[in-house]
Amino acid sequence: MADATQTGIGPRPVDWTSEEIGARVRRRKASEMRLKMVGLAAIGFAFLMLAILMVSLIATGWQAMTQTHVRIDVTYDPALINEANPARSNFRQMLQNSLVAQVPGATAEDGRALLGILSNAAQFTMRDRLLADPSLVGRTVTLNVPASDPYDLLNKGLIDHETPEELRRVKDNEIAFFGALAAQGRVTKPLNTTLLTSADSRFPELAGLRGALTGSFYALLTCFLLSFPIGIGAAIYLEEFAPKNKASDFIEVNINNLAAVPSVVFGLLGLAVFLNWLGLPRSAPFVGGMVLALMTLPTIIIATRAALKAVPASIREAALGVGASRQQVVFHHVVPLAMPGILTGTIIGLAQALGQTAPLLLIGMNAFVTAAPATPFDPATALPTQIFIWADSPERGFVSRTSAAILVLLGFLVLMNGLAIFLRNKFERKW
Amino acid sequence: MNDMRIAERTVGTNAAKISARGVQVYYGETHALKDVDVDILDRTVTAFIGPSGCGKSTFLRCLNRMNDTVAIARVEGTILLDGQDIYDKRIDPVQLRAKVGMVFQKPNPFPKSIYDNVAYGPKIHGLTRNKGELDEIVESSLRKAALWNEVKGRLNDPGTGLSGGQQQRLCIARAVATSPEVLLMDEPCSALDPIATAQVEELIDELRENYAVVIVTHSMQQAARVSQRTAFFHLGNLVEYGETGQIFTNPKDTRTESYITGRIG
Repeated sequence: MADATQTGIGPRPVDWTSEEIGARVRRRKASEMRLKMVGLAAIGFAFLMLAILMVSLIATGWQAMTQTHVRIDVTYDPALINEANPARSNFRQMLQNSLVAQVPGATAEDGRALLGILSNAAQFTMRDRLLADPSLVGRTVTLNVPASDPYDLLNKGLIDHETPEELRRVKDNEIAFFGALAAQGRVTKPLNTTLLTSADSRFPELAGLRGALTGSFYALLTCFLLSFPIGIGAAIYLEEFAPKNKASDFIEVNINNLAAVPSVVFGLLGLAVFLNWLGLPRSAPFVGGMVLALMTLPTIIIATRAALKAVPASIREAALGVGASRQQVVFHHVVPLAMPGILTGTIIGLAQALGQTAPLLLIGMNAFVTAAPATPFDPATALPTQIFIWADSPERGFVSRTSAAILVLLGFLVLMNGLAIFLRNKFERKW
Repeated sequence: MNDMRIAERTVGTNAAKISARGVQVYYGETHALKDVDVDILDRTVTAFIGPSGCGKSTFLRCLNRMNDTVAIARVEGTILLDGQDIYDKRIDPVQLRAKVGMVFQKPNPFPKSIYDNVAYGPKIHGLTRNKGELDEIVESSLRKAALWNEVKGRLNDPGTGLSGGQQQRLCIARAVATSPEVLLMDEPCSALDPIATAQVEELIDELRENYAVVIVTHSMQQAARVSQRTAFFHLGNLVEYGETGQIFTNPKDTRTESYITGRIG
């Protein structure tokens, strides 16, 4: 119905300056602002939690970056040397005697307490020096050995002097002896290289991550070598060649479900199949890598399929149009173009595998192993299981070392994710 | 109606390169193409026109069996290329596509160098014995596509770095590099600006000397400018097929006339 006076199309003319319209605009803007604030708050909360985590880790972990060392002069007393078997000489007594002689005010009864200042490794250091150079008998040498855990803590100011003496790890007289050694300039606090160069130990001052790092490396290598080719192969077949029918749908659903299976279940599977049925060695990084590969496979398959799907149809048509076969289209064009996405997905999958603990616990990679594995078939721990072991240890020195190990693990994760982002940006294509 | 100028026609005395008889195409339940009979002449530009969804692209894709790559598509009837049924079991569709080149709507060079774009087809079909021969094919293909003078100094630059029109001519060079006998073009100018369109149209006219060219187009002016024969498709039927001049000036079917004059489409 034509009405000459009405300009709008609605039942009544619209006044864009009216109060009603203005209120609507204000409500819309307020709602947009609220959404923005909620988003900012969520991000702020996430950052706060991350900051708390990092601060608490660094606050406890930095103490593990140094290790107290004590320099003492020891005499290879011929009376205490076992002539027949020098390795079985009484090095403890030699250390005790030397300490008693060097600490002012100490008597022979204090010998055992004084020996407690030094790490248990001191006698073995002495033994190794003697075996390397038998002419040391009767001579005095200077040793720089780690202090034992309580004295390391004492030196780092982590022992509360207010605690009643009977509840304290180091007694008053022991503090005095240590103070006397420190006064002679015999106590130093160098960088704790042991943390990266040694394998595990019951004594915190001797414990390091080398075994765990090597174990994790072998496990990840195995995981990569298994899951990368199998995952990519499966993804290429499913995405590019498999007929679309009930069977392939069923496989697809199951792969997606596998990605959501708890990791401990994969650990049980590894225990049942790899250890009990196939009889593979316990605690071996190779077996750990196989279990991690089971977990990583769905991640790689899903990421690879997504990357293959993202290659534009026009490239496939172009290749088909010049007479490339299906296989040539896939391997000459689609896979190379999907490679950055595939690599990114693989690295993310491996980073996940690096942090997995539960499946490794079940195949025994939380064993106490004091030597780094020479091959992937030797018993070893991995970084997360080492953290698990240390966190469970009663010695107080492991508190800071646990945090330090977590920082090392996080460092590797950041490195791997950084590599993934770098690859994605470097090879990103514009169509 | 300056654009409607009808190009000078060589009278259609050339032999039929492709003859299609009773071609039906089904996409699942949909009957997309109904009973199409067409003879496409050698060394002639044949235009397929018609409104969207009329089946012209579908028919084009039957001619090099591109529809085979669509799982739900089903083709019936016979299509003979030089008297040989291309849907015969003994025909390898992959090799057929080298013989029947195709250029797509959107320029789609491979994200590789200009050289590799053109050299890819000859390489996978083993058409050359050494690098020298390959270089020759690349140069002659780029010359045939009227692109050589623009890119001869930068053959190693990425093909995707060229302008839209240059990319489309690169795709034409890629298509002619395998020495095809037929060139199929699916709306080759729809993504190009008018100047690039003019260049490609000129090129199509030159290509007619060596190939049977089939072009699908939305633009009736373009069909009138470049083609000697025109087929009009409507709702999956081939309504009318004949010399371009006759189709545009004296259509026999009322539907053709309605489309030409802009009443349907």
